[in-house]
Amino acid sequence: MKLVVIGNGMVGFKFCEKLVTADHNQKFQITVFGEESRPAYDRVHLSEYFAGKSAKALSLSDADWYDSNNIELHLGESIRSIDASAKTITSHRGIMTCYDYLVLATGSAAFIPSIPGIEKQGVFIYRTIEDLELITAWAKKSRTAAVIGGGLLGLEAAKAMLDLGINQTHIIEFAPGLMPKQIDDQGSALLQSKLEQLGFVIHTSKNTAEISGDGRITGLRFSDDSVIHVDMLVISAGIKPRDELAKTAGIATGPRRGIVVNEKLQTSDPAIFAIGECALHNGMIYGLAAPGYEMADVLVRNLLHQESASGISQNQEAEFTGFDMSTKLKLIGVDVASFGDPFAAGESVKTIRLQDTVRGVYKRINLSADGKQLIGGILVGDAEQYNMLLQTYKNKLVLPDDPSALILGTRSGPESAEAGLACLPDDALICSCESISKSDICGAVSELGCESVEAIKKCTKAGTGCGGCVPMIKDMMLHTMKANGRYVRNMICEHFACSRQELFDLVKIHSLKTFDEVLDALGKGDGCEICKPVVSSILASLWNEMILKKSNSTAQDSNDRFLANIQKGGTYSVVPRIPGGEITPDKLIVIGQIAKQYNLYTKITGGQRIDMFGAHLNDLPLIWSQLIAAGFESGHAYGKALRTVKSCVGSTWCRFGLHDSVSYAIRIEERYRGLRAPHKIKSAVSGCIRECAEAQSKDFGIIATEKGWNLYVCGNGGSKPQHALLLATDLDSETCIRYIDRFLMFYIRTADPLARTATWLNKMEGGIDYLRNVVVNDSLGMAEIWEKEMQLLVDSYACEWKEAIENPEIRKRFSHFINAPEEKDPTVHFENLRDQKKARDWK
Amino acid sequence: MFESKTITWFRACRDNDLPSNGGACVRFGNEQIALFYFTRRNEWYATQNECPHRKQMALSRGMIGSAGSEPKVACPFHKKTFSLITGECLSGDECSIKTYPVKVDNGYVYIGIENE
Repeated sequence: MKLVVIGNGMVGFKFCEKLVTADHNQKFQITVFGEESRPAYDRVHLSEYFAGKSAKALSLSDADWYDSNNIELHLGESIRSIDASAKTITSHRGIMTCYDYLVLATGSAAFIPSIPGIEKQGVFIYRTIEDLELITAWAKKSRTAAVIGGGLLGLEAAKAMLDLGINQTHIIEFAPGLMPKQIDDQGSALLQSKLEQLGFVIHTSKNTAEISGDGRITGLRFSDDSVIHVDMLVISAGIKPRDELAKTAGIATGPRRGIVVNEKLQTSDPAIFAIGECALHNGMIYGLAAPGYEMADVLVRNLLHQESASGISQNQEAEFTGFDMSTKLKLIGVDVASFGDPFAAGESVKTIRLQDTVRGVYKRINLSADGKQLIGGILVGDAEQYNMLLQTYKNKLVLPDDPSALILGTRSGPESAEAGLACLPDDALICSCESISKSDICGAVSELGCESVEAIKKCTKAGTGCGGCVPMIKDMMLHTMKANGRYVRNMICEHFACSRQELFDLVKIHSLKTFDEVLDALGKGDGCEICKPVVSSILASLWNEMILKKSNSTAQDSNDRFLANIQKGGTYSVVPRIPGGEITPDKLIVIGQIAKQYNLYTKITGGQRIDMFGAHLNDLPLIWSQLIAAGFESGHAYGKALRTVKSCVGSTWCRFGLHDSVSYAIRIEERYRGLRAPHKIKSAVSGCIRECAEAQSKDFGIIATEKGWNLYVCGNGGSKPQHALLLATDLDSETCIRYIDRFLMFYIRTADPLARTATWLNKMEGGIDYLRNVVVNDSLGMAEIWEKEMQLLVDSYACEWKEAIENPEIRKRFSHFINAPEEKDPTVHFENLRDQKKARDWK
Repeated sequence: MFESKTITWFRACRDNDLPSNGGACVRFGNEQIALFYFTRRNEWYATQNECPHRKQMALSRGMIGSAGSEPKVACPFHKKTFSLITGECLSGDECSIKTYPVKVDNGYVYIGIENE
């Protein structure tokens, strides 16, 4: 059977992928025509292209995927006509192909409103990688931009403007609020204020009357005669289905575009099907990837069913009956989600709203009149409960007596999440991108023995699409393992059948000093890349011996082994410690001279230090000899250790400063420098409540008050930012340091490998109240011991780099070739960028 | 019929040049070979130095260990692991690395290169 697919977008690709996987007897001979020059790529994550992701990384398949699956792929080839009676199609270059089945996956084009001046230079649409390339080029000479469209796609485009370094971006929306299709007025208002904080200028209820400029855009005029001046305009105001090819072939289309299909995705011609954004099903166009994938799945099953000769087929007939349009996304760092009927109102609906303008969170859930069923809802600013709420809604679970509990409290205990999972029915859809249900995942765990998220991904494909369901898959896996009576033990890896905390205590009791001693006494096998760094970190936290001594060097993570951070291309970056961010002009000059001498790229880090990139392994000891001679010491940027204590300038200069935050930051940084822990530790000291040092985003942060210092703990930035929580108030400097000693030792002793303090606290029973009891009220009676242990570590500190360059045995490891120690790695290459160098891109 | 391949043994370094339970990079003409001394098992291995995942000359700086009884190396960049015996990727990717025979004789380590 000859099957032709027109369109090589995400849905067209997914259809091919599903068909070749299911078509065991290779009944179908597939030919694909794509209009773009590239094979199918991930349009959902298009904005990551601006954030530096390459076109190749966005690609959905390897270059040879089509070949190896016997799919004939024509790229850059649009189709001119379909002859439905002769069952042939003709491309614009004149290729004629006949088909038995034809699948239209022509997708959509950007909707372009008819505004006078739309043809001017500097006006773009936001749809393909080519569009992005044009936008990128133009953005280089632009300072201001406007985006027409305040919906999903518009805000994506606005994010892209931010990534491209545009100073000011206007967002223009015709409706009274942003994302009018997904969220209500209150949600829009909150989203708007969050985006305004990020520097966007937002115009709602605005109708663009004209694009002004002489050949090239200079601004916009609105119907209320107001004007703005911009250097470029991106239109991202919605989509229109590509149905023109179908229409000219006499296939039925909708009055407002879209190829009409039935529940089998069949068009008015029985041999022609349509899937994805071009298909009009029951009056509805689905502009998301997941429903398109579902259509692809239904069509694959039906085609295989139809072609199974005997009629006894494993492939049951399937129907597409519509798709839930619930969505969750992160827009420019702001979570936005809606599910079910987000706007439900009236007498038969009860609504619970939570508005927290301090944290910037808005949540709304709509309930049935009896308060037992969830009808829909909206989450802005914090969408952590989205997966659970969506499942509750989809599976019509009966709500608890107090439904507000569903949206209250982000640090809810793990028990409630588990209870929720147990209630889900077997067919609850967990991964909607790949249509994987709860029973598929539980089956993979119980019957196929998948006991890691990676194994489940491999086995079911769940979580391989947008990735949003991965946390739920993990919880589901642990829950299933427990339910099966599997004792879920928190093991480090196959070599150590105990938790990090247990191992820590055992190493201490037995006074073990090297990785081999620990492995011989407490583990089995030969170790691996998981347990080696864990053990090395424990040894360093306990004994504080130079990490490269006593044959421990090869048990260190690669960065620790070479006391530097490995970067793209295999060179290293060097970060000397600059306590509190304070540095003399003379030391600045030394850094400049060294960077020049060794041709290093220099950049100021987020932690008020200077990072020098592109150092050859062989040069590291030479660079450090000079740095140490000038009075610098290791910054431990390579280690799971104390990194930096950031500070604002404080009372020495600042007219608001209450105390000398710089001096205190230096004191703190010098106290805990070199301290190794389960993960990196960051800190900051602010001289007043304006909080310029951002102490509340650190593992421990200190803010000056009229009476002393407030101590905050367990915050972090990174992929899942979390504010630090107030541990104690108005402390004097000595008490504050004692509390930090206790806090850090408690963390180092009990945290899981690679758990930041925030994650550690989130898992701690009793949370911050418990932690305060331990640290401030000494409820465990450990305070004195921990303070002593910390003092031992402080007293035994020595700069690792100083020891490394003075010890010939260690120093000789810093060469690339063992049989040619003077030679550097000849494969290292750099490129030029803004008068400095950069690493060559990955191949 | 057998195809006979001869092996040339290339002298890489002395046996005490390598750190215990770790690796180093050996230059062989324009090629780079990662040599590992697995002290715990008293075994020597050699593989290509380039990690096939992102084409980085880095495997010799990776941590070695075992998965079950299989000796392996983890690339320092993204922790892809490879068998030191077969060169097969153990973290689920399609890529694999080339491995070389190693022998130790009279204090010197030799890497075996197959003649074309």
